[in-house]
Amino acid sequence: MLEISNLACNRGDHLLFSDLNFSISAGQLLQVQGANGSGKTSLLRTLCGLVIPAMGEIKWRGQDIHELDEKFYAEMIYLGHSNAIKDELNAVENLRISAGLAGCKLDDKQIIAALRRMGLRGREMLPVRVLSQGQCRRVALARLLLINVSLWILDEPLTALDVSAVGLMQELIGEHLANKGMVIYTTHQPLEVAGVETQRLALS
Amino acid sequence: MNQLSLLGLISLVVRRDLVLAMRRRADVLTTLIFFVMVVSLFPLGVGPEMEMLRKMAPGLVWVSALLASMLSLGRMFSADYLDGTLEQMMLAPQSLAIVVLSKILAHWMVSGFPLVIIAPVLGMQFDMSAQALWVLMITLLLGTPILSVIGAAGAALTLGLRGGGALVSLLVLPLCIPVLIFGAGAVESVVSGINAGSNLALLGAILVMALAFMPWITAHALRISLE
Repeated sequence: MLEISNLACNRGDHLLFSDLNFSISAGQLLQVQGANGSGKTSLLRTLCGLVIPAMGEIKWRGQDIHELDEKFYAEMIYLGHSNAIKDELNAVENLRISAGLAGCKLDDKQIIAALRRMGLRGREMLPVRVLSQGQCRRVALARLLLINVSLWILDEPLTALDVSAVGLMQELIGEHLANKGMVIYTTHQPLEVAGVETQRLALS
Repeated sequence: MNQLSLLGLISLVVRRDLVLAMRRRADVLTTLIFFVMVVSLFPLGVGPEMEMLRKMAPGLVWVSALLASMLSLGRMFSADYLDGTLEQMMLAPQSLAIVVLSKILAHWMVSGFPLVIIAPVLGMQFDMSAQALWVLMITLLLGTPILSVIGAAGAALTLGLRGGGALVSLLVLPLCIPVLIFGAGAVESVVSGINAGSNLALLGAILVMALAFMPWITAHALRISLE
């Protein structure tokens, strides 16, 4: 369970938001809404602990995330604007390293299975450099399948994805929520997960 | 807890960086070729007087090594910063300082160690004695890791800045002066028949101190740069 109280965030001298209070618990889906520049990415990065908030607290299971540090990171995954994959490596190598850093021991079969589920059959061993934008995004999203954590923080996960991949994402989020997971995301595209009520948080 | 063992983490990150370096070989060769060229330019510039060349050699090779190692510093974190993998390393449930230490180690293997290997060949151009060549190699073996470790902190501080490449040299070069003095000093003392032990011991001490503290400082600098 993630609880946010009185959160305020600055970008330079500019106050992005203040007095933000919300919480999310197992099986819940939270969409952060707002216009461009309203601080959605800053909020998500603050929730990850990458940005130190100007004010307020972020608590994971009752403890401050900056105190938990690595223990918090072991339970969350963040997908940012950039895909965080290396052009020189192929999809399997990229995922093996990401999973390795997260402390998951995986064999190549599991990685290939995840890539196939993401619709990348036959692309597993190609250097990521030759894949399209959308395919790169799918490789990055495959991390969600491989690394088993309860909190997903997704910044514009649907960028560059085609209709079938958007459908797949909805399915993945649905499965994750059914397994008592939590998802916080931003998007400008419609994303509806069947049978789950989306909480919305609007930044102005 | 998904924490990897210390060695597991180090080998994961080092192997990753080495594979990446091997797939981008041009970057690796630039440092080495720069080193070879700078050292080789001096005999052409100052003339072929054996006595003078022999006297200049230790300082010259060391200054060139210092400059060559500055070339690759900017690349230590910048590629990972740009494609977002550095951010993911920070969010991994592992110690960032150890990840940084591993990256420094990989960086040294790719850009520092080749200098150590090629230095004796270059030393021969200056008619250095066999004993002096050995000591030159040992000083570089102790000294180039220090340059990578100190350079890492500079690279982390200037990450994402425009023109960071020049800035990192300005930041790091003054800090490397002791390494240059003791490194070149050790070789000179051997040439003039004095024991090089004290200079080597001081280099070793700097290396140990740098390894103990700099990865933590660098990790902190990275957190600030990414905020």
